[in-house]
Amino acid sequence: MSLVTVEDLRVGFPRAGVRAVRGIGLTVGAGECVAIVGESGSGKSVTARSLVGLPGPGAEVTAARFEIGGRDALRFGERDWRRVRGGFAGLVLQDALVSLDPLRRVGDEIAEVLATHDVVPRAGRARRAAELLASVGVPEPETRARQYPHQLSGGLRQRALIASALAADPPLIIADEPTTALDVTVQAQVLALLAARKAEGTALLMISHDLAVVASIADRVLVMKDGVVVEEGPTGRVLAAPGHDYTRTLLAAVPSAASRGTRLSAIAAGGVALRTPLPPREARGTEPILSADRLTASYGSRRLVDEVSLEVRQGETVGIVGESGSGKTTVARLLLGLLEPASGEVRLRGERWSGVPERRRRRSRTAIQLISQNPLDSFDPRYTVGRLVAEPLTALPRHRRRDRVSELLDRVGLDGDVAARHPRALSGGQRQRVAIARALAPRPDILVCDEPVSALDVSIQAQVLDLLAEIQAADGTSLVFISHDLGVVHHVSDRVVVMRGGRVVEEGHVDEVFFMPREDYTRDLLAAVPTLGRTPGRTPG
Amino acid sequence: MTTVTRRAAHVARRGLGGLAVLWAAATIAYAALLLAPGDTVDAIIGDGLDTPRIRAEIIAEWGLDRPEIVQYLDYLGRLLHGDLGRSYLLQRGVGEVLASQLPSTAALAVAAALTGVTLALALALVTAGRRTAFRSRLRALTGTAELVAVSVPPFLIGIVLLSVFSFRLGWFPVAGDRGLASLVLPALALGIPVAGVLGQVLREGLERAVEEPFALTARSRGITERALVARHALRHALLPAVTLTGWFTGLLLGGAVIVEAVYGRPGIGQIAVQAVDSRDMPVVMAVILFSAVVYVVVSSLVDLAYLVVDPRLRESR
Repeated sequence: MSLVTVEDLRVGFPRAGVRAVRGIGLTVGAGECVAIVGESGSGKSVTARSLVGLPGPGAEVTAARFEIGGRDALRFGERDWRRVRGGFAGLVLQDALVSLDPLRRVGDEIAEVLATHDVVPRAGRARRAAELLASVGVPEPETRARQYPHQLSGGLRQRALIASALAADPPLIIADEPTTALDVTVQAQVLALLAARKAEGTALLMISHDLAVVASIADRVLVMKDGVVVEEGPTGRVLAAPGHDYTRTLLAAVPSAASRGTRLSAIAAGGVALRTPLPPREARGTEPILSADRLTASYGSRRLVDEVSLEVRQGETVGIVGESGSGKTTVARLLLGLLEPASGEVRLRGERWSGVPERRRRRSRTAIQLISQNPLDSFDPRYTVGRLVAEPLTALPRHRRRDRVSELLDRVGLDGDVAARHPRALSGGQRQRVAIARALAPRPDILVCDEPVSALDVSIQAQVLDLLAEIQAADGTSLVFISHDLGVVHHVSDRVVVMRGGRVVEEGHVDEVFFMPREDYTRDLLAAVPTLGRTPGRTPG
Repeated sequence: MTTVTRRAAHVARRGLGGLAVLWAAATIAYAALLLAPGDTVDAIIGDGLDTPRIRAEIIAEWGLDRPEIVQYLDYLGRLLHGDLGRSYLLQRGVGEVLASQLPSTAALAVAAALTGVTLALALALVTAGRRTAFRSRLRALTGTAELVAVSVPPFLIGIVLLSVFSFRLGWFPVAGDRGLASLVLPALALGIPVAGVLGQVLREGLERAVEEPFALTARSRGITERALVARHALRHALLPAVTLTGWFTGLLLGGAVIVEAVYGRPGIGQIAVQAVDSRDMPVVMAVILFSAVVYVVVSSLVDLAYLVVDPRLRESR
């Protein structure tokens, strides 16, 4: 018997004039994992939340059939829904740092479920909370239960969130992007945890933007776009032989080793998505344009970067991969000359870049520019796009700036009328394009990209990566590309540096490092990456 | 450094900071009073007999012929020993004068604070939560009421309350300090503006908190909206409200002066007005120091309250 049966579900927000879900059907049975895949705004999260009666303020939900646990959910009152929430369906959201109440102890959050659904009497709740933490693989559960979310690592936090969703032993778990903010190795652990629950007979509804994550765990996939399901079927079939152009475009947009040298934003037509080749890059110089020699940086007594050396040649892309806390971003700041190394030296275009007074550095600052993960944070919110892009153009006479701004916006694929708008009013992809335009304004030799596409949907990520590749081919710009996403790094990089705990674990040509890793850590990292090729039928265990 | 020594160092730093504030308050007040027009001897004589001999005696008795810096240092020295000096006007120890008036003002301030906080909490809790037609109307109504409460000065509220409840209805005494009944109207007059601002801040905090991702998680556990507000949202809403405590202490101190005048209540406010009027310097100084002490204590308590409410701040950086 299926736990959830939905036919022609529609969810609208009349006051906002939004029809988020426009007639979808869905069933989830015991021991089954169904995944809804889609990009932001596709209606996948609203669908998930509607299943526990929390579609959001002002929502109107209608359906031809809407059964939860065999009962007609269209007739549910608030009291019925409260019994469903936590009791019948546990909800696991993204990023436990904000999804757990930051002012309450982890154990109390779990105990709240136990109390609400009367699972155990008051006296036993603290012990049961610790047991639940232990059951999701949290070490020292008694201690952890007394801690606050910010005191736990990202992985432990997410486990605690899962423990709270499991507390009343619901037959269904709804996981909305449960691994999105996590490192790959932690992501693999969390996915294994969910897979284990599934093996015990719990039904799993998984919401994700990441096809690869879904590939490793889901039995069936629904691909959503603009509030409708464009394609659904067994995971293996949908990923291997997609029947809809949108699915093909999505799959083609996932960067990997195989996609090197091709455009990710493929145009799917006539049943196939063809990746067109990127323009070839210029021959590279042999002399490094940027070099770091045994860099060290500390914060208090903690060593953030330890003896890191790397070289970047003209027109080359050097990838830096590592998990959070590995020192990637600190290396970026050292390279940009925003942080002085405690020891070691950075050289830019053959001249000393670290250890010199800012006065001498200022002249060369335009040669190396940053593109960050969240450009909005680096924009003055009062500035228009035009002013933001014109800001670095101080050398240009005023009347020429406007022309240069529209030229730059044109290069990054933005309309000229964007110049008059504020970055807040733009989409995430457009903002990142503005950031790239601004970084390109002073005609830099090197772009340092720190997680430039991590906050973007896969199709938008594809466009931004294509754009960077085109710019690089045309200008011979060098790229330092920092990312936690190994697929992205493999797609863009010529050489790669693997970091862990502030040290370089391994480096070399990207194919050598990723296909024939020498170090165990690199191997573990690569093994943890979910890939499209691995479907549940083929995973060992 | 261990946690204990770090904490001890923190407490010591705060203590020294507090002392510095008190010293600065005393010094600035002293300088300001010196610069104010009028003669100290005139102030001490008041309406009494004014002859050259009496003047000379007064100058000798109070040591007014010494250089100002010596008088200032002498004053500081006596302060350190807890001696606030003698009132020129009342011819009694200032400490004694303050002590006799303090309970009345403290009662008013505490009653007003409780009234303000209770009203604010009640309004915020009733109006926050899922939007229903009834709640929307209630929210619009309280929003207006809060705006009125914030913008109308306490003395006007006091006079309106007096004319309605004392003169017209005769429920409460018109003036004086006789038991609980006489406390009700002054506490309301002083508490209503507090409730206005605090209520707005609390409700905004609650509304923001119930939109946060953790609130969705909490709802997904099947808890009621009331439990969500009581167990989760209220604590988040308290953070900005705690920040306002300093402002609200100032309002209570400043407002007490006016409300005590309107209701003819004894208290620090009355004493302060009288003392400024008649250049009774030791009393004015004492009132200023008293306010400074209250501020130092309150701001220390506020810092502690932050730590209690928000565990993220407990980590010593």
